[in-house]
Formats: sequence, C-alpha cells, structure tokens
Amino acid sequence: MQPTIIFASNLTKRYGERVVVDGIDFEVRQGECFGFLGPNGAGKSTIMRMIIGLTPRDGGKLSVLGRNVVPEDPAIAAQLGIVPQENNLDTDLEVGENLEVYCRYFGLTAKVREERIEQLLQFAQLSDRRHTPVHTLSGGMMRRLVIARSLVAQPKMVILDEPTTGLDPQARHLIWQRLAKLKENGITLLLTTHYMEEAARLCDRLLILDQGRILDQGSPETLVRRHVEPEVLEVWGREGDRGLAELGTLGGRWERVGDTFYVYGFQLESVRQRVLEREGCSCLLRPANLEDVFLRLTGHDLGEGS
Amino acid sequence: MRVIRGFIPSRGSVQVWRRHFLVWKKNAVASLAGSLGEPLLYLLGLGYGLGRFVGAIGDKNYMVYVASGILAANSMNSATFEAIYGGFTRMTRQNTFHAMLATPLTVADVVAGEIAWAATRSLISGTAIFLVGWSLGAFSLGSVLVALPVVVLAGLAFGAMAMVVTAISPSYDFFLYYFTLVTTPMFLFCGVFYPVASLPILVQAFVAVMPLTHVVALLRPEASGFVFAEVGVHLAVIGVYAVASFIAAVALVRRRIIV
Repeated sequence: MQPTIIFASNLTKRYGERVVVDGIDFEVRQGECFGFLGPNGAGKSTIMRMIIGLTPRDGGKLSVLGRNVVPEDPAIAAQLGIVPQENNLDTDLEVGENLEVYCRYFGLTAKVREERIEQLLQFAQLSDRRHTPVHTLSGGMMRRLVIARSLVAQPKMVILDEPTTGLDPQARHLIWQRLAKLKENGITLLLTTHYMEEAARLCDRLLILDQGRILDQGSPETLVRRHVEPEVLEVWGREGDRGLAELGTLGGRWERVGDTFYVYGFQLESVRQRVLEREGCSCLLRPANLEDVFLRLTGHDLGEGS
Repeated sequence: MRVIRGFIPSRGSVQVWRRHFLVWKKNAVASLAGSLGEPLLYLLGLGYGLGRFVGAIGDKNYMVYVASGILAANSMNSATFEAIYGGFTRMTRQNTFHAMLATPLTVADVVAGEIAWAATRSLISGTAIFLVGWSLGAFSLGSVLVALPVVVLAGLAFGAMAMVVTAISPSYDFFLYYFTLVTTPMFLFCGVFYPVASLPILVQAFVAVMPLTHVVALLRPEASGFVFAEVGVHLAVIGVYAVASFIAAVALVRRRIIV
C-alpha cells in the first residue's frame, strides 16, 4: 500500500456555535486522486484551508506529509501546490511574470526559474501567451495558469478547490486532461468539487460530505453500487403528479426532486416504454451515478447549498 | 520562542517587495505624476504664495522652510496611501496575500514586504521632491545624505502604522477615520508649515509624541525650535512607532486571514 500523505482524525472546526467540520476522519495516499464531493457549505473549502495551514483546527489530529499541521509552516507549504477557489493571479502582470513572481516566493534560483517557467507554460498550453497581461485571458486560461503556478516548486501533492467551477465544458475538459497528466506523473491530487462528472472522472476515491459530516467514502463505482440501483429513469412532464407517481411505483423505489421523478431499479426498459405511452410525459433512462448517491444519502441534490 | 519567530520576517519578504515593485513599474509614469502632483503644488503654492506674506521664519525664507516640511509630510502621505489603499486592495479584492501565504511565505514576510514597499514609495516621491526643492535652492545637495535616509525611516514607521489600519478596516470607507483623526492633524500641527513652538503649550505636549513632529525635526534641524532637538530621541520615537506598529500589524493581519 502507498504511504499516507494526509492523515486526519476527528478533525473539527467551529465558527462560534456553528460546526463547519464535524469530527471527520480520512486518509489520503500517495499518488491517488482524492475527492471531496459536496454542495456549497458542506465544509470542503474549510478542510482544504485546514490542510494548507490557513485555518487552525479546533479539534482532532491532522498531519500532512508526516508533519503535524500548524499555521504558516514553510516546510509543508514548500511541498504543496495550491489552486484556490478564486483565482488570485496578479492581473496587472503578464502570464510569465506571474510564474516568475511565484517561483521567487519559493526561493528558486534564476536558472531553475527559467527552466520551470518554460516547462509550465507548455504544460498549461500557454507558451504563446507568455507576454500576455493576465487580465486579458479567458477564464479557462486563467485557471490553467493558476494550476501551472501551483506547480512551480514541483510539489508532491496539489490541492485544488473547485478547479473547474464556472468554466464552459470545453475549458473544463482541457483542465481534466491536465490533471490526468499530473496524476500520471505520480503527483497526489486532492480536489473539491460539486460536479459529479468531475468526481467520477478524476477521483480514485471520494468522500461525500454534507454539513461538515462524512456520509460515505470509497471509489466512485463502489459508492454507486453500495447506495443505488444500477438504472435510473428520470420522468417529467405535464401529467398530473399522481399519474407520474403511479408510474414510479412500477419500477420500485422512486424519489421526487422539483418536477422530476427519479425511478430506481434493475431493468427499467419496460417502465420506460409505459411512460412513453402516456401523452405529455418525457423520460430518460441512464445508468446510476454519484448524483443519485448524493440524493440518496442527503435527500437533496448537489446543486443546493445546505 | 515560537511566538517571537512568528514576527520575524524571512528573506522571502524581499520577494514580496519585488512583486510590488514589478507591478508598480508597469504604471510608473502615471503613478509618479499622481504622487508628485500634490506635494509639488503645496511646495510651489505655499512657498511662493504664502511665502510672499510670511517672508521668513527664523533666518530662512519661507520656501526653504516649508520645503523640508513638505518632504516630511510626503514621507507620511506616500507610505500611508500605499499601505492603506494598495495594501487593502491586495489583502481583500485581489487576494494577493492569500496567494503569497500559499507558498513558504509567512504573514510576517507579507507585512514586512508591504511596509518596505510603502517606505520605497516615500523614497521615490521624496527623491523627486528633493530634486525640485534643490533646484529652487531649498536644499543643499549635501543634505541628501541625511534627508533620504530619514524619509525611508519615516516611510517604514508610517507604512507600519497604516498597515495596522488596513488590517482592521472592514471597508475602504473606514480609512477616512484614520485620515481625519491621525494623518491630517499631524499634517497641520506637527511643524510642517510653522514652528511647533508657536502652538499652545498643551498642544505642544501632544504634538511631541506624534511621529511626524520628529521627522520634521530631523529634516529641518536648525529651524524646528523644538525642545529636545536630540537626533537620538527623534530616531528612537520614529523607531518605536515603526516596530510597535509592525508587531501589531502582523498580529492583526494574522487574526484576519488565518481563521
């Protein structure tokens, strides 16, 4: 088994009366991509901030790379790459200058800096943008630059807080590609997301979080198998609620979110046929995914804050 | 021991300063014009305008007298503006502090870099004011050796004081309190435009503990008429303001960001 990079036990954070992180345990192993999946307000960013030493914990144990985490520890910071939720690039500076300045914060020598900048611009597919002022970049390019910036000191682990939130699908795919590349190179990735697809695609293991508590953890496939039936039929339409509910019962378990019914089962093709016979009804038959797991575990969907 | 270490900046603070310098260079011309305009207008407007009526203070004509006061006041204003508006923008809107703290840099490094940069802004505009004052005959070229180091020291003290305000400000509006209650009174009562000795004795006692009084006294030794015209005391007062404010600023920025 790979060595442990992060170890957290009974990790707790309160702001006044409010418990934001409620005694959670997890371990991240070297080389894996570990995800925190949860809605806004679940405590994901707070956990990230605790790991990088920007938020002191109120209880429990937390060690990163074998060191007990205390705020502002240069020895830990030197080995981590951090991609914050909000881009905090120097918008007045050029793309290359942003990397240059960051290299200096890590105390890299001129020779290493030049090498690293070339290499990272290439990695981020921004080589032709080296002298472009940052404020003229697109959202996806800025995000790629922030990721490149997190890599200047060749970290053992990169922590990404919602790496693709707010990006269009194409830009998102490009980021996923880059992150997959990092994983290939053996870099441990830790990411938070509220995109089910992102979690399923990138993460070896996931931790599902709601209101500061862990609901479950495991690989995306395990979680889906453990909590939901393999097929899901989404039904919506003009038909009265009662009619739809009736149909739902045909498949077995069903749930309603907004104006959509989710019918869970093993062989739903026949149910689909019957739904289609009804006028004013639409439906979609698909394999179960993490979104369904989340709905099952919390009773609300990922988009809603808690 | 650990507590003390949290207040000692590392070499990384130099890189914070460099970052600010790099950004400033992009807009150097506009920034110079902006920061020099006001002190030069004061120098010319008051030196020539008011000087015509005042004539001379002591054995100096008013232009010569007021030039050293303006140099002192500018060291306060330049550093204050940079640490307040620049510092607050970097801490809040641009999240520059957060970006820095995601590296081996510490809060002490970030704050020290801010203050050093604020003092640099005092030095940049102070140098220009010195050159203009020199061309008008207000400064001797030799006095540059005293004037500019004093300007830098003053910039460190005022920059550190302003960082304390930055650290506790909820918004940009809050700065007005600091200007109205602290810097503007110093500008008007600490000997920039007239000798402190002409103030009522009670006010003099109050003014004696204000840092700008001591900066003016150092930059205008002959004409200050100040009671303890001891260089060591002036330096000590400015130094105490600088160090105490730095410690407070680091603690307050830390309390604000590490939550």
